[in-house]
Amino acid sequence: MEGLTKSISWIVGLALIAMLFYILGDIILVSAKHFSLNFLLDSPFSGGRKGGIYPIIISTLLILAVSLLVVIPIGLASSLYLAEFAEQNSKGIIVIRKSIEVLSAVPSIVFGLFGNAIFSLYLGMGFSILSGGLTLAIMALPLFITTVEKGFRSVPSNYRLAAFSLGMSRFTMIKSVVIPYALPAIFVGIVLSVGRALAETAALIFTSGYVDRMPESLFDSGRSLSIHIYDLTMNVPGGDINAYKTSLVLIVLILATNTLINTILKSWYKKRIAL
Amino acid sequence: MALSGHGTSFIFDESWFPTEGQFNMIPMLVGSLLVTFGSLLLALPLGIFSSLFASFYCSPRIKTFYRRAIELYTGIPSVIFGLWGLMKLVPIINQIQPPGQSLLAGTLILALMIFPIIALSLISSFEMASKNHFKVSESLGLKKSTYIWFILLPNLKGQILGATILSFGRAIGETMAVLMVCGNIVKIPSSMFEPIRTLTANIALEMAYAMGTHRSALFLSGLLLLSMIGVLLLLSDFLKKRFAWKA
Repeated sequence: MEGLTKSISWIVGLALIAMLFYILGDIILVSAKHFSLNFLLDSPFSGGRKGGIYPIIISTLLILAVSLLVVIPIGLASSLYLAEFAEQNSKGIIVIRKSIEVLSAVPSIVFGLFGNAIFSLYLGMGFSILSGGLTLAIMALPLFITTVEKGFRSVPSNYRLAAFSLGMSRFTMIKSVVIPYALPAIFVGIVLSVGRALAETAALIFTSGYVDRMPESLFDSGRSLSIHIYDLTMNVPGGDINAYKTSLVLIVLILATNTLINTILKSWYKKRIAL
Repeated sequence: MALSGHGTSFIFDESWFPTEGQFNMIPMLVGSLLVTFGSLLLALPLGIFSSLFASFYCSPRIKTFYRRAIELYTGIPSVIFGLWGLMKLVPIINQIQPPGQSLLAGTLILALMIFPIIALSLISSFEMASKNHFKVSESLGLKKSTYIWFILLPNLKGQILGATILSFGRAIGETMAVLMVCGNIVKIPSSMFEPIRTLTANIALEMAYAMGTHRSALFLSGLLLLSMIGVLLLLSDFLKKRFAWKA
């Protein structure tokens, strides 16, 4: 039994590592063969088979910007409320927490349906970067709120008491003690939301739409990188090389955000130990 | 919105022919459940053994590396899993038995996507598990595997179940990867090699042109997904309470 457990563990472990390298290696090798800088700077044509992804990168960044502009203020306010002001065991707060938990588990396609019904149709934004960004914002909010609230809660209560004993008002205390202390957590929350938004496809298909032209305003439809990959593989025969190249760009972006999180967390823990 | 103009047609209609006003969701519900349970069946042993590998059978150096690798799995967007599945996995299955885009392909891809949830949660609970038990069992001359299978894992039943429920939720809500590799034919499959269409894929495929009743049928399937997630969360709450009480 000992030998069996050990050998199966090794086989599974090595196989999974090999699989990961296979997936990533496949994408890197295929796209490296055809990659050139122009891919990032050209517009796509003939359905994306040829040309680059410049407008798609711009649309992706715009969608991200819209969702962050919504997530950061709303998320900060609600996590601050939950951590600092709310009465912890009241019925209302428990309901709010449960809803956040449920929201974070909802499948992304359901958010897509919701965004399509509310933003695109009911509020009349149509297929636009704005409605895509807002849908993503609603998707990313639960993650952001839980992360940042944890950060606010990690502020030692001594600090709060000391601040009060110095005669600070609650507002000053939050502004100059709680928020600076929790700044790394806020940053991690932002980066996590960016990662989630970048990887998302299903919620965007019916909200930000398919158009691969350069968006002229936030009310234009814009295609995100992930949708571009989906469209090239499923709907455009002969689009696979460009789909691979776009995947490489997307993976690099996501890895960069992940590395950013890890570095922040590391320096954060160092700082905590120093304190 | 979802429930307007329906009644029970979504169960009793003949099949899913939206243009003819027939909205039977059972084949897609079955497809969703099959692919989800199938992938769980694969992901559970993968997750357990890979966490054992990381925590007991490799050097600390490899462990750090291995953990990063599993985290990398969770970072890969589902659309890229779908792309890889369609380009590499589907042709392989196609050689065994056409058409390749099948329940099997979906199950395999989903298993790769959800095993990291189980593995990561188990690795961290192994770290938190009492070191004393391990030392005592070692001093009694028990083998590592005896400790793992008879002491450690039975103690962590709650965590394993919790992680399984979490990954069930992830798998049933997954859209892009299954949409790309499953073939999307509305039919209850009779073998692993037949194509299926899941509820999520159905929404993604038909939302673009759905009108009227068809549109609300799609919203209904969204509601169905949502209520499944709700039930799962209730279940995990219940389990949390139960196992916390036991410990």
